Amino acid sequence: MEPNLSSRLTKIMIKVEGLSKRYARNVAVDDISFEVNKGQIVGFLGPNGAGKTTTMRILTCFMPPSAGKATVAGFDVMEQPFEVKKRIGYLPEVPPLYPEMEVGEYLHFVGKLKGIPKGDLAKRVKEVSEKVNVAEVSNKLIGKLSKGFRQRVGLAQAIIHNPDVLILDEPTAGLDPKQILETRQLIRSLAGDHTIILSTHILSEVEHSCERVIIISQGKLVAQDSVANLTNRLRGAESVSLEVEAADGRPNPTEVQGRLEQVAGVSRVMMKDSKDGRLTFEVESLQGRHIRAELARSVVNSGWNLSELRAVGLSLEDIFLQLTTAETKEVGGQK
Amino acid sequence: MRNILLICKKELKSYFASPIAYLLMAFFGLIFGFGFFTATRDFVRFSFQSQMMGQQQPMNVNDQIIRPLLGFASTIALFLVPMISMRLIAEEKRTGTIELLLTSPIKDIEIILGKWLGAVLLFTCVLGMSMLNVAMLFAWGKPDLKPVLVAYLGLILQGACLLAIGTFISTTTRNQIVAGGVTFFVCLLLWLLSWFTAFDSGPASQVVNYISIVTHFENFSKGVLNLKDVVFYLSMIFFSLFITSRAMESVRWRS
Repeated sequence: MEPNLSSRLTKIMIKVEGLSKRYARNVAVDDISFEVNKGQIVGFLGPNGAGKTTTMRILTCFMPPSAGKATVAGFDVMEQPFEVKKRIGYLPEVPPLYPEMEVGEYLHFVGKLKGIPKGDLAKRVKEVSEKVNVAEVSNKLIGKLSKGFRQRVGLAQAIIHNPDVLILDEPTAGLDPKQILETRQLIRSLAGDHTIILSTHILSEVEHSCERVIIISQGKLVAQDSVANLTNRLRGAESVSLEVEAADGRPNPTEVQGRLEQVAGVSRVMMKDSKDGRLTFEVESLQGRHIRAELARSVVNSGWNLSELRAVGLSLEDIFLQLTTAETKEVGGQK
Repeated sequence: MRNILLICKKELKSYFASPIAYLLMAFFGLIFGFGFFTATRDFVRFSFQSQMMGQQQPMNVNDQIIRPLLGFASTIALFLVPMISMRLIAEEKRTGTIELLLTSPIKDIEIILGKWLGAVLLFTCVLGMSMLNVAMLFAWGKPDLKPVLVAYLGLILQGACLLAIGTFISTTTRNQIVAGGVTFFVCLLLWLLSWFTAFDSGPASQVVNYISIVTHFENFSKGVLNLKDVVFYLSMIFFSLFITSRAMESVRWRS
């Protein structure tokens, strides 16, 4: 690779532009674009059937996209699949294991398949087995292993050629809580050297292991942000829905809005609805401020009636549900 | 090349790690041994009789034992091939290991060639069981070696050709039983084609006759190495593996 190209590519490891995958009757992935920087762990979040696996399969050159472009480490998945494959480690949802092989034998086989030179092979197998803690079972048949060990062998298989990019499809699915913790730790320990994309439909997983989240639903990208931002937006700040009634039945929306905005700790006021002299507002607080009491006092002191005041759900789960259900409804409405 | 051998070795290992290889070898050895026993017994009895009656009919081990026996082996091969080829790619698709192969820096055609080669080698091993019996003929008799070698070459070519077709069929499904069943029917059909032409020699039946896999083996079994037959088998192998690689591409597009 020429030097200026490589230096330009040091930052962005994965670049996806307008990626789509259509089957005969349905669209699995619809015009997705995102970028992943080197060394990041990105969580790929979405309900089952959202298109996570399809996107991953395109990135790993398992299947070609119907439209759009994807590059890994600067190589196009369509034009230079060989170069991409050399740089990607992939753990599919079901680890691709041969039950009739022994663990060590299997890792040797995969190592050769990934093009590791003969001289380094034994050393790499040993390193990787130790890293994922499968050295003790290296003489066992894969078919006899427990689910947790199989997952680890699957992970070993993905990192054996020390790839730049690791793509893990639901790496903790079906494991018990202790194994989940271990796997998360393992994944975190791999970050830095590797750029990691992991898919999951479990939110806490993303909070625990990822720096950035990409949320997709029904094949569309609905949000991408850093985990910190997202959780802050969703959990640290408070969002309150309140309904105001004027005594004379004719409240002035701008006046109410202005008054609400003056309340200490309020970051944003949005009018949602106005019906029968009732105004509905959604008010968001600044980081870590509790504004409900202040809001109520302010409304009542101004001579209006406060007919409803409630906190809008703010867990990551809620936002996730909002993003993955409401957005699609909107899109459907636009069509 | 390195990758082809890698896949081939892996295939052979998994054949021998499961009972299938031993089963096929035992099964074929038993049936061939039975055929050998019968043929030899009859041969011996017949040669005694002809001596007693003072006839000087030439008795030939090649013509009267080896040739019909290896013809018999070529028929058994029709049953062996589906059992060998059915798992090749169908199983990888079912267990998901195909994702490992298709996302590794290795060409589709290398995967296909490796798998096919592994299957051909296993087929050769199974066929090798018959050599135990044939070797006895060489120990106690004086058959011609050359026609025997040609016949074995023919058997391997025919097997390789059917296995290539089987590899293709295995690529189209994720169900081994379906792959095996369809392969068996195709083998049977290619065998039956030769019946069609038995008492007819119009242009249509000449074409059909050419397509039939078994008719090409006849020359080999006579010990005649005919370029036409070799070319037929090689081109069938090439064509089958070519459409297999196309089918593999469609696996990528659709799965």
